[in-house]
Amino acid sequence: MSLTQTRFHDALLTGAQLAPDGLSDGQGRPAGRRFDVYRNNVAVSLTEALEQGFPAVRNLIGPDRFKSMAGRFLRQHPPETPMIMHYGAAFPAFLEAAEPLAHIGYLGDVARLEQAQREAYHAADATPVDAAALSALPPDDLVRSLVRFAPALRLIRSAWPVLAIWRYATEPGTPKPAAIAQDVLITRPDFDPELTDLPQGGASFVTALMNNSTLSAALDTALSDAPDFDLQNMLGLLLQRQAIAAITPSE
Amino acid sequence: MSKTMKTMAIAGAMTAALAAHTNMASAEGAKEKCFGVAMAGQNDCKAGAGTTCAGTSTVDYQGNAWSLVDEGTCAEIDLPDMADGTPRMGSLEELDRDLPS
Repeated sequence: MSLTQTRFHDALLTGAQLAPDGLSDGQGRPAGRRFDVYRNNVAVSLTEALEQGFPAVRNLIGPDRFKSMAGRFLRQHPPETPMIMHYGAAFPAFLEAAEPLAHIGYLGDVARLEQAQREAYHAADATPVDAAALSALPPDDLVRSLVRFAPALRLIRSAWPVLAIWRYATEPGTPKPAAIAQDVLITRPDFDPELTDLPQGGASFVTALMNNSTLSAALDTALSDAPDFDLQNMLGLLLQRQAIAAITPSE
Repeated sequence: MSKTMKTMAIAGAMTAALAAHTNMASAEGAKEKCFGVAMAGQNDCKAGAGTTCAGTSTVDYQGNAWSLVDEGTCAEIDLPDMADGTPRMGSLEELDRDLPS
C-alpha cells in the first residue's frame, strides 16, 4: 500500500499506536516508533502555541485542564495555514461548546479577546489618517464620509466584563471584576496591541463604521444605543490610537 | 436635530478631537525598535506563538532581538565593545552579530 500525504496527516493527528503502513526508514525498515516522535512534536508544538496565545484562559481553567482541552482541540482543528501565529481562531467557539467548561460562561469571550490581540499584533501596518487633511475637509463632506480603519483594529462585544476578567487572569493584584457588560476596542498605535473598554454607544458607532455607514449614520446608531454618546471623546480615542487609516467622503 | 446642527456637531467634535490629538502627539515621545542592545532574555515585544518574543533572546546584545527605545537614541546607547575591540552599536535594522550559536 502506498503512503499518501492524507494518511500521513491523519496518522499524525490520531492517538493511534501505529505508524501508517508503507512508511519506512532509509533502509526499508518500518518507521515504527520513529514516527511517534513526529506525532508527539506536532501535538506538543500546537499545545505550546495555544498556551502562549491564550494565557488568560489557561490561568482561568488551570494548566492541566488547558493542556487536555488543547489536546482535544488540536486533533479536531489542525492548523489551516502554515503560519502558527494565526493558530487558534476556532478555539473560542470550541471552548464554548466544551461540556466540562459550560459553567464558565465568559471563557469563550476571554479567548476571543486573546485571539483578537494576536491578530492585531500580526496585522499589516497602516499610516494613520493625516490630521491636516482631515481638518481641511468641509463639514458637509465630513458628515457623509466613510471611515477606513487600520487593519489591526478589532472589536470584541461581550455580555461579560471580559476586559476586567482578562486583566484579573493575567495581571496579579487586579481587583475582582464587577458584573457588567464590556465592549473592548483593540488597537495597535505603536508595536503592541492596546485594549480599551468602550463607553456605551462606542461599539455601535465603530460597528456601523465598519459596515460602511457614513459618520452621520454611525452617530445616529450610537445615539439610539446611548443617548449621551460622546462623539468627540470617541473620535479622539480613535485618532490617538492611530486606528483610522482614511476618512473619505462617500459618493 | 436638524441637518445643519448635526453637521456642525460632527464637524465640531472632529475639530476638537483633532486639536487634542495634535497636542498629545507632540507631547508624547515616539519610540523606535532598536536591535542588538538588549541583555539576554530582556528583549521587548509581546505577541503570541510563533513569533520572536519578549524575553526570548538568549545572548546579551543579540543582533536579531529588539528593545523599544526613545526615537533617535538607538545608535547612541552605550554598549561594551566586541571581543575583537570593534565598537558595538544598536541598529534600526536586524544585525547578524551576537546571534545564539
